[in-house]
Amino acid sequence: MAEPILRVEGLKTQFKLRAGTLKAVDGISFTLEPGKVLCIVGESGSGKSVTAQSILRLVEPPGRVVEGRVLYRDKDLLTLSEREIERIRGDRICMVFQDPMTSLNPVFTIGEQIAEGLRAHQGLNRAAARARAIELLKLVGIPNPEARCDDYPHQFSGGMRQRALIAAAIACEPDILIADEPTTALDVTIQAQILKLLADLQRRLNSAMILITHDLGVVANLADQVLVMYAGRMAEYGDVQTVFRDPKHPYTVGLMNSIIRLEEPRDAELRSIPGAPLVPINPPPGCGFRFRCPKAIERCSQEAPEPRVDRQGHAFACHVAELNGAQA
Amino acid sequence: MTAQADIPGRAPVAPDRRTAWNIRRERMRFHVRTLKLAWRTYCRDKAALIALIFLVAVALISILAPWISPHDPTENVANINAPPGSEGLLLGADVDGRDILSRLFWGGRIALLVGIGPTLAATIISLVLGLVAGYFGRWVDQIIMRLMDILFAFPLVLMAIVIAGIMEPGVPTIIIAITVALTPYIARLVRTTTMSVKQQPYVEAARAGGAGSLAILVRYILPNMIAPVIVYSTTLIGLMMVVGSGLSFLGLGVQPPDADWGTMVAEGRGVLKKAPHATIFPGLVIVLVSLSFSFIGDGLRDALDPRSRVR
Repeated sequence: MAEPILRVEGLKTQFKLRAGTLKAVDGISFTLEPGKVLCIVGESGSGKSVTAQSILRLVEPPGRVVEGRVLYRDKDLLTLSEREIERIRGDRICMVFQDPMTSLNPVFTIGEQIAEGLRAHQGLNRAAARARAIELLKLVGIPNPEARCDDYPHQFSGGMRQRALIAAAIACEPDILIADEPTTALDVTIQAQILKLLADLQRRLNSAMILITHDLGVVANLADQVLVMYAGRMAEYGDVQTVFRDPKHPYTVGLMNSIIRLEEPRDAELRSIPGAPLVPINPPPGCGFRFRCPKAIERCSQEAPEPRVDRQGHAFACHVAELNGAQA
Repeated sequence: MTAQADIPGRAPVAPDRRTAWNIRRERMRFHVRTLKLAWRTYCRDKAALIALIFLVAVALISILAPWISPHDPTENVANINAPPGSEGLLLGADVDGRDILSRLFWGGRIALLVGIGPTLAATIISLVLGLVAGYFGRWVDQIIMRLMDILFAFPLVLMAIVIAGIMEPGVPTIIIAITVALTPYIARLVRTTTMSVKQQPYVEAARAGGAGSLAILVRYILPNMIAPVIVYSTTLIGLMMVVGSGLSFLGLGVQPPDADWGTMVAEGRGVLKKAPHATIFPGLVIVLVSLSFSFIGDGLRDALDPRSRVR
């Protein structure tokens, strides 16, 4: 096992709201090895994006990271000074956002926006940064990059904008690339292209990647590891093969069952997980999933399950799975 | 970490001097092209174009007043209230027999100064205060905006009287008074637009890209929130000319016999029935100039937004 490049330990991020404290991320831990892909999956509101934001300290008040450590090359990102974390953001750890339509500054050209990071982080002069921006646009598959470099974002289509944002994110060859549902806002036909581009660049740059998604097909194709989140907590975490072959947590099982398979008869009923996700504002004690869980037992409403790890490093937080004879 | 062969090297070798020169020239061409596009967009707005031409003419005339005025604006050159066209005076004479045309020429200097000066100053002050308040929020916001609220509560005239008491009545007095009175209005607009732009995903993306607060304020928030402020401020220029005239009318600003459009309207009001031209001409000029500033503001908004530029 290689030395991990990122180690998140017991991360807790909370939002102080009038209705109470929203525990958006409640004790998440994972490690990321260089060149590997970790997928974070879960429903909307399960804390995937907040986890990503917490890593780079991008959580805005009223939100706050209250506990935990984010170790990048043995430095705790949560205790760095503002200046130090700014030097890591956009240089060593970069983000690609969900909505390419609004993630680019409308008043500057695409080229200027890619060059900005290069000038700030690598001290390139204007000319060199521009030359590099054109190279990068070519690399992400923008045709005629010399001319398109001077276009404004509104002259780019959604897919092209996401390509430009990816170009900006990889400009400094980051160690870690965080992609927060990078294809959700795009056309289905473009989605695959963008994911392929991301995976391709990630492999070629040998960057590690955290990919946030709710598409299990994507997870199966790209991920080395997968972290399933439910209501701010870890439900299941492990190697993608292990988790997919032998899902322990009933929520993971439910997610996999809701995938539509082509070979099924057309009149087969669509499977879903009944009920609505728990909003973790002043949550009741016990497991957050028990209200929707087909296997819930008495104990689930009394104490929250602690994560258990088996010999392969496959972790899950469920009382029942354990009882079902998992290798604890 | 070694980049593979098909990935262009990490920090590219600094381009040799010729390419660097070419890139610089390309950039210049790009800026020239952008300016041309902005100008063409501006010209598409006919009202804005006419307003600009009119204002440039007014400004030129005001600057050149000492040389092109047919008469001394403070000298009695004709019968009092001489109607337009009589005694060789194109616009006639006022209640003191002074040439109205010359007084309009000279009055433009003060009117433009009083209109543009305080608005520009208040806009700059408001941009700083409003951006800081809207961006940092919390107690910074509280302190700045409560201060603005105090200024809001002060009547403009009272403020002008106080300042006139400290200094002395005159043009600098009304410029300062209007600047102080205007700042809270523009600062509020700056603050709210800043807060809405701050929510935009590209600001979060900029933070994720390692931009500091200053860079975000100057490169991301300012250019994206400035358009409504420019429109608002240019509209205010016309209004402030009128307000300045009002303060002069109360004796706090321009002192007679100096010419000022507002003072001219005020002086003409006593003989409105006998000699309407003494009021109508300066009044008309005030209206036209104020309107022109509004049209220019609209034109600027379109020209400054890359999305609305003509291709």
